[in-house]
Amino acid sequence: MPVDKRNDCFRFALPKGRLLPATAGLISKAELGLDGYSSKTRDYRLSSAKIPSLSARIFQEKDIPVQVAMGNYDLGICGLDWIEEFLVKYPCSDLIKVANLNYGEGGIYAISLDDVCGEIANSLAGRGNWRIVSEYPNLAMSFALDSRLRSFRIFPVRGVADTYLPENADMAVLWAESEREIEKWGMVAQKMILSAGSFLIANRESLRTKDLSPVLSRLSSSISIAPRAAVQTEQEGECSPVVSTTRAIPDITATSLALPDGHQQKPAVQFLEKAGIAPQEYALSPLRQRPSIGLAGVAVKVIRPQDMPLQVANGNFDLAITGKDWLLDHKSRFPASPVINMLDLGFGMVRVVAAVNGDMPVSGIDELRLLVQQGKLTPLRVASEYVNIADRYLQDNRLCPYKLIPTCGSSEAFLPEDADLLIDNVQTGKTLAKHNLKVIAVLFESAACVIGNKDTASRPGKKEKIASIIQVLQKGLL
Amino acid sequence: MKKETNRKCKGMRDLLVPDMRRFRRAEDTFRSCCRKWGFQEVRTPVLEYMDLFTSAGTLTPSMLSKVYSFLDWDGWSGERVVLRPDVTIPIARLYIDNLSSRDMSRLFYVADTFVFEGTGKENRERWQCGVELLGGGGVVSDVEMILLAREIVQELGLNDLELRLSHAGLAKALIGEMKLSSLAEISMINDAFLHNVESLAASSSASLKKSLNSFGSVMAFLERMNCDYQVDFTAAQGFEYYTGICFQLLSGGRKIGGGGRYDDLIPLLGGEKVPACGFAFYLDSVADMLPDEVEGQAEKVATVKSNGGNSEAEQTCFVLARALREAGYAVELEFNAREKAPEGSRGVAISVDDPASFIVVTGPKSTRQEVASVEGVLALLGEQA
Repeated sequence: MPVDKRNDCFRFALPKGRLLPATAGLISKAELGLDGYSSKTRDYRLSSAKIPSLSARIFQEKDIPVQVAMGNYDLGICGLDWIEEFLVKYPCSDLIKVANLNYGEGGIYAISLDDVCGEIANSLAGRGNWRIVSEYPNLAMSFALDSRLRSFRIFPVRGVADTYLPENADMAVLWAESEREIEKWGMVAQKMILSAGSFLIANRESLRTKDLSPVLSRLSSSISIAPRAAVQTEQEGECSPVVSTTRAIPDITATSLALPDGHQQKPAVQFLEKAGIAPQEYALSPLRQRPSIGLAGVAVKVIRPQDMPLQVANGNFDLAITGKDWLLDHKSRFPASPVINMLDLGFGMVRVVAAVNGDMPVSGIDELRLLVQQGKLTPLRVASEYVNIADRYLQDNRLCPYKLIPTCGSSEAFLPEDADLLIDNVQTGKTLAKHNLKVIAVLFESAACVIGNKDTASRPGKKEKIASIIQVLQKGLL
Repeated sequence: MKKETNRKCKGMRDLLVPDMRRFRRAEDTFRSCCRKWGFQEVRTPVLEYMDLFTSAGTLTPSMLSKVYSFLDWDGWSGERVVLRPDVTIPIARLYIDNLSSRDMSRLFYVADTFVFEGTGKENRERWQCGVELLGGGGVVSDVEMILLAREIVQELGLNDLELRLSHAGLAKALIGEMKLSSLAEISMINDAFLHNVESLAASSSASLKKSLNSFGSVMAFLERMNCDYQVDFTAAQGFEYYTGICFQLLSGGRKIGGGGRYDDLIPLLGGEKVPACGFAFYLDSVADMLPDEVEGQAEKVATVKSNGGNSEAEQTCFVLARALREAGYAVELEFNAREKAPEGSRGVAISVDDPASFIVVTGPKSTRQEVASVEGVLALLGEQA
């Protein structure tokens, strides 16, 4: 076992993001000596100034259940939403829910644009083929089964699930603070699937074999005074009346174009400006999910570039600006998918590489394979955001047995403690150098591209429109 | 230490030689009985679309959550496939797709089903052999199922057969009208109870009366056929597709199979309103209950062996082996034979070290006789037979 199971040291996985401020408050009240844990921290790894055997690592909340279940971490704090998303799929895992921390409350809701409750209730007789979009595909699936939907498809996405309603999905399963919040978006909460506050979780084996009491006792005396009240007053203090923002009825005859958010947004804006069609509200902050574009008959939505290939494959968008890396990841999982690269855009160039810790005595993938075959790294733990590319690469290179740890970015911080190999994109190599990592193989180079659906693109009516948009985009390349 | 990659999957079972002997005996008996009753074998694929099982609304959410489901390599549309958790629903699909023009289809199958079981200590792959009578309505079809199932159990030589009867339609009507809810209340339903309910006929609903009538007819028919049964309404299974008679089969107190009537399933799957009923045996349980067979008891077996690398002698071994197979022997070839007959060597042993000299060892006393030709060996063995 690569995992350090020595009794005298224990490891705590702490969340980034929405739970960070309240969790930092709890950690500080409990006097665990993890003072570096704050919204401003740039370090992923912390050691305790009070309890010498305690160390901590900051993760994306979503990554915490799997880390604790695998035994890489003894304890963790994260939202019940991600815990249940994991447990629904892996009910027999080694993850134990220890205590409700009573803060960061919210819920997982199934939402839609109209009230479809009656239809769900009568789903046995009702219409089939519900399209459900969610960051929580396992919870969405269990919701669909429990509601006895006759026929449904779950489309996993990595964010902005509500944006897909109503043209691209009938329902979204997502986290929201309250039903009021959903009403403010102009949506209807069909069902609260789960009340999702923060929880303390532990690894089953750690609970059985280690003395975690120094941490647990300090936490437990602080939990009772956890800032539940504070969060609630904040909610109640927010007395603004619920304004239903009715969404414009979408033009379904329009050709649809998906533009990326996140890192790819800025270069995409520059490119579209060059092509002379920069959408007005696209560059605004906060981000508008549906900016208008200077092209007649083209409807634009802003979504995650990772989610675009699957959406285009299903005809939810005609065209999308994403990266070749995400196209390849999609094609690795679904070789028969109708998504194709229609135009290379050239910007946002990255290399997708395999990297290991600088101290590992290997300089190439063959030497790494030798180590794996000699049983020195068994199983090889691989962290990657590109799950399908990584899976295929590891099989093609016979790096078996391996354990793939899906990450939501910042894979570099997993090495060396929580993973042996990283498969991720690098732009300049600075991040790798900072984490003492070295590249042992370059898988491919990736840049932005326009993807389309070969089935849709050949349909009369669409064909010409798509060709004319591509023509306009080509101007940006000059 | 064994290599981690060679471990068997949790919840999966290897069937070794003695297991397979018992499995095959159970299957062979099942197949032969089914054929004698005019049933014909079909086989459905292991993978089915998940929609098939959700659309019928006949598997409970808790069963569906234990199904092995995943996205296939062309599953970009989000359409999931499953390892079949049940065979009756796929057979109903097969019937709708291919056979619905016939009035009646008598089908049987031997198939594995897959259900996730949390501990990994019980089988997650479960073998079934089952019968479906599609287009068969009425009491006679119910009775046909029960009598065929009983005959198979008898042919298998299993003792202490118990037949437990209930009725899904009647159970639903009683639960609805008499507000029976707990298992204890349901378990009190017996012959006398049903007789009392019957006397309330004037005030009971049409569906209750109809179910009661159909249940009563089956019981009366079975009595006339001297088929013992017990009424046991707790015996209803976890399948929601049953609409009429339900039965469970036990041997030595252990559940070995069950079935019933499912008249709504085919219409729910988009087919015509076709009545149907069927049953299945749990092959793993049935095979476990069969006695071990003495190895090679029923077969004529021979070992043809040759020492050293004499290619002419080896060639003769193949010729002799073929002749013996044609004469009905199961023949094992053994080159580089050890001096002594290996442990467990059975039946006749023939050593061929010289193409013109065969040493034939037979019988419990290992009698050795020398013969000069293949024909001579056959003649010698024929004499002994």
